Amino acid sequence: MDGHTHHHTSDRRELQMARSMCWHCQSEVSGEYFCDRCVKVQPVSKELDYFTCFGFPRRLSIDQQKLETKFYELSRAFHPDFYQNKSDAEQTISLGNSAMLNTAYRTLRDPIQRAEYLLDLEAGSVKDIRTTPPADLFEEILELQDTLDEFRASDRTSDAAAALRSQLQSERTALEGRQRDMETQLQQLFGRWDGLQDRGEATDQARAERDRILKDMRDILSNRTYVKNIVNDLVATIA
Amino acid sequence: MARIVGIDLGTTNSLVAYMDKGTPRVIAGRHERAMVPSVVALTDNGLIVGDPAKEHLTRNPERTVYSVKRFMGKGLADVQNELAYFPYTLTEKGGVIRIKLGEKTYSPPQISAMILKELKLRAEAFLGESITKAVITVPAYFNDSQRQATKDAGMIAGLEVLRIINEPTAASLAYGLQEKTQGTIAVYDLGGGTFDISILKLKNGIFEVLATNGDTHLGGDDFDQLIADIFVTDIRQQYGLDLKAFPDHMQGIRLEAERAKIRLSDELKTTVNLELPDGKGLFTRELTREQLESLCNALVERTLGPCRLALKDAGLTAADIDEVVLVGGSTRMPLVRQRVQALFGTQPHCELNPDEVVALGAAVQADILSGGTTDMLLLDVTPLSLGIETMGGVMSSLIRRNTTIPASAKEMFTTYVDGQTGVDIHILQGERELAKDNRSLARFRLKVPPLPAGVPRIEVTFLIDANGILNVMAKDMRTGETQSIEVKPSYGLSDQEVERMIEDSFKFAADDVSARKLIEARLDAGALIITTEKSLTDGGQLISADEVTAIRQVLSVLAAAKDGNDPRTIRARMADLEQAAKSLTVAMLDDSLKRGLQGKKVSEVT
Ligand SMILES: Nc1ncnc2c1ncn2[C@@H]1O[C@H](COP(=O)(O)OP(=O)(O)O)[C@@H](O)[C@H]1O
Ligand SMILES: [Mg+2]
Repeated sequence: MDGHTHHHTSDRRELQMARSMCWHCQSEVSGEYFCDRCVKVQPVSKELDYFTCFGFPRRLSIDQQKLETKFYELSRAFHPDFYQNKSDAEQTISLGNSAMLNTAYRTLRDPIQRAEYLLDLEAGSVKDIRTTPPADLFEEILELQDTLDEFRASDRTSDAAAALRSQLQSERTALEGRQRDMETQLQQLFGRWDGLQDRGEATDQARAERDRILKDMRDILSNRTYVKNIVNDLVATIA
Repeated sequence: MARIVGIDLGTTNSLVAYMDKGTPRVIAGRHERAMVPSVVALTDNGLIVGDPAKEHLTRNPERTVYSVKRFMGKGLADVQNELAYFPYTLTEKGGVIRIKLGEKTYSPPQISAMILKELKLRAEAFLGESITKAVITVPAYFNDSQRQATKDAGMIAGLEVLRIINEPTAASLAYGLQEKTQGTIAVYDLGGGTFDISILKLKNGIFEVLATNGDTHLGGDDFDQLIADIFVTDIRQQYGLDLKAFPDHMQGIRLEAERAKIRLSDELKTTVNLELPDGKGLFTRELTREQLESLCNALVERTLGPCRLALKDAGLTAADIDEVVLVGGSTRMPLVRQRVQALFGTQPHCELNPDEVVALGAAVQADILSGGTTDMLLLDVTPLSLGIETMGGVMSSLIRRNTTIPASAKEMFTTYVDGQTGVDIHILQGERELAKDNRSLARFRLKVPPLPAGVPRIEVTFLIDANGILNVMAKDMRTGETQSIEVKPSYGLSDQEVERMIEDSFKFAADDVSARKLIEARLDAGALIITTEKSLTDGGQLISADEVTAIRQVLSVLAAAKDGNDPRTIRARMADLEQAAKSLTVAMLDDSLKRGLQGKKVSEVT
């Protein structure tokens, strides 16, 4: 892990924290999630991103073991079980913080959700939801839709249905292969992103590279979701 | 902080447990039995609970409620198929099932509250302090309405329910405490009325549930029913007798079927004897384990589907499971053990008593909440996806099943018409596409300031708390104002109704106490009669015939008093009997002393 950028991230966090005041004793909160003075739990700031919350830099490869350890540690800090004897205000904060923590963990744990989240943070955009097939799959998917319709309308016990089913099976294998290819491409992009961040260059070239990676990532992610939904639909239909 | 007890409120049996210096223990009642049958009966002396109520199943079937847990959080339409099997009368009011007992009707939470009160009294008597706080367990696969109904039951019983926890996870806490296990475990819980499977990861004191699944309508009761059905068919064929017309006999058959099933867990064949109505004599039939297994096989198979789904949701295969823990009385069936072992490829654990392990785990959770146990933490999940109905009657999922709780999701709402002042929101739980195929949890109307269409922005937060129960909050993003939301549950009691039931339960508390005193006096009298009779048989020859007659006389007076309704009279006659039998007791003591001395040297005596 690169020391420089990591340092940069923790600066960021301190900045966010320093801006807030303890809800209870009004002193400035410099501690991570607890007030230094009165030791009361503090609500996790809405601006705090999930990476920072876990003390991780914004990278797409994450040490799962460390992530889990941190999740367990923060769960022990926030979980409502440990606030049963505390004030209502603290119980509410504990509940909110735990819910946030669980969402953060779920998001970061899964490489795809993690990438979508990072894209959201970096490019400030919501997920692209594709409604038409990606260009290179256009023909194939239209044909598949027809076969699916035909199968749905068929008498399931007939020979024709059996033929359609095996056709759909091989379509499924092909699409799943496609999905895996996209995931491999994503892995490469993740590596490029992390490398670029580690180098921390501030050149025009680096900025252009950054934008290119983000755009490619977004395209592949939305194509992958599209294909994945088609596969799910297909599996449900022939089940 | 006041003590918190752990309660397993089961379909068949309920238990209460507490933490005794780091060790969870169940609290036994009279006769050392920790299990209270989850049965409530209306007798001439009022409502009674547990073992004495169980006796009324055959004597008084229309007024004896069992398996009430099956009705928690449900409407009448939900249980239409099984109505025929229950001898008591069910109706519905306000989307909630009501059970008719004599002149009155009771909601399932009220009946459950009577069982909870029995456990509360038992804990109070044992611990010598008043108990007002509890952790109560529910099947992991219980939906929001069923959890809420359980919480209502606690409130009606005068208990603050600090946490609702899932039965399989509670079991894992008890195991984890005992075995200090690490790794991935599967908890398979098959009780009387419900089935649950949970997959957990145990690491450094954290119990992280990865996935859960189940069937809230599958258990030992269903096995009993299948067995009872073949008896009924046999009897119809052999005697031309339709037992369906004799509710008391139907209950007798059901209980006999259960006893036969239980015997067949240890034996390969058993004989069933049933007294027939109308003096038709005795029905006798043999049942083999093989027959039982072929009868129940399909039901046992039905538990395996949820196991596979849970594994899939956890992203695991059967080979990844390090240990399997068995919970619930029905896991004593060899067939169940075989199937579970075959699925997971590992010998299941059953070191802890499967009847008690859930209550023990609830006590551990209670201790965590009171700050006693600090190294263990349970991270559970919500069993069903939560969503709202959108255009076209489709469910849009907000929180997916198997999401770690507490969990929250935010959704922004706006208007479609100028000046619109409300948005109707319908909350659902389930895994199906269409709203109508999922469980309706609640509806509410979001208040919106009258503005041009699309301008209002109301953010609604759906929060599932650590009990797995939904809380809804709304905030107007333009003004920052929060709005309190009154959610009308689709299958639950309203707050006002729960309030009223709490009041009622206090009103009847006085009646309950006297009913309880009577039951206890009767039980004690019964025990005294039995021991005195035994003494007469064993030691009658030690006293004079006149003395024996005198004792028998007092004994029959007590037996008559026992059938009466006054606990004080019973106690007084008991004292009489003890007094009358004194000469017998003394004679027997002398005799045993004398015999103890025989064969010993005089020097040893002095
Ligand atoms: N030895 C046994 N063999 C088979 N079934 C049993 C045995 N002991 C108890 N059961 C069944 O277990 C069920 C009760 O299990 P329990 O865990 O107490 O249920 P619940 O949690 O639903 O109250 C009943 O259906 C009972 O018949
Ligand atoms: Mg149980």
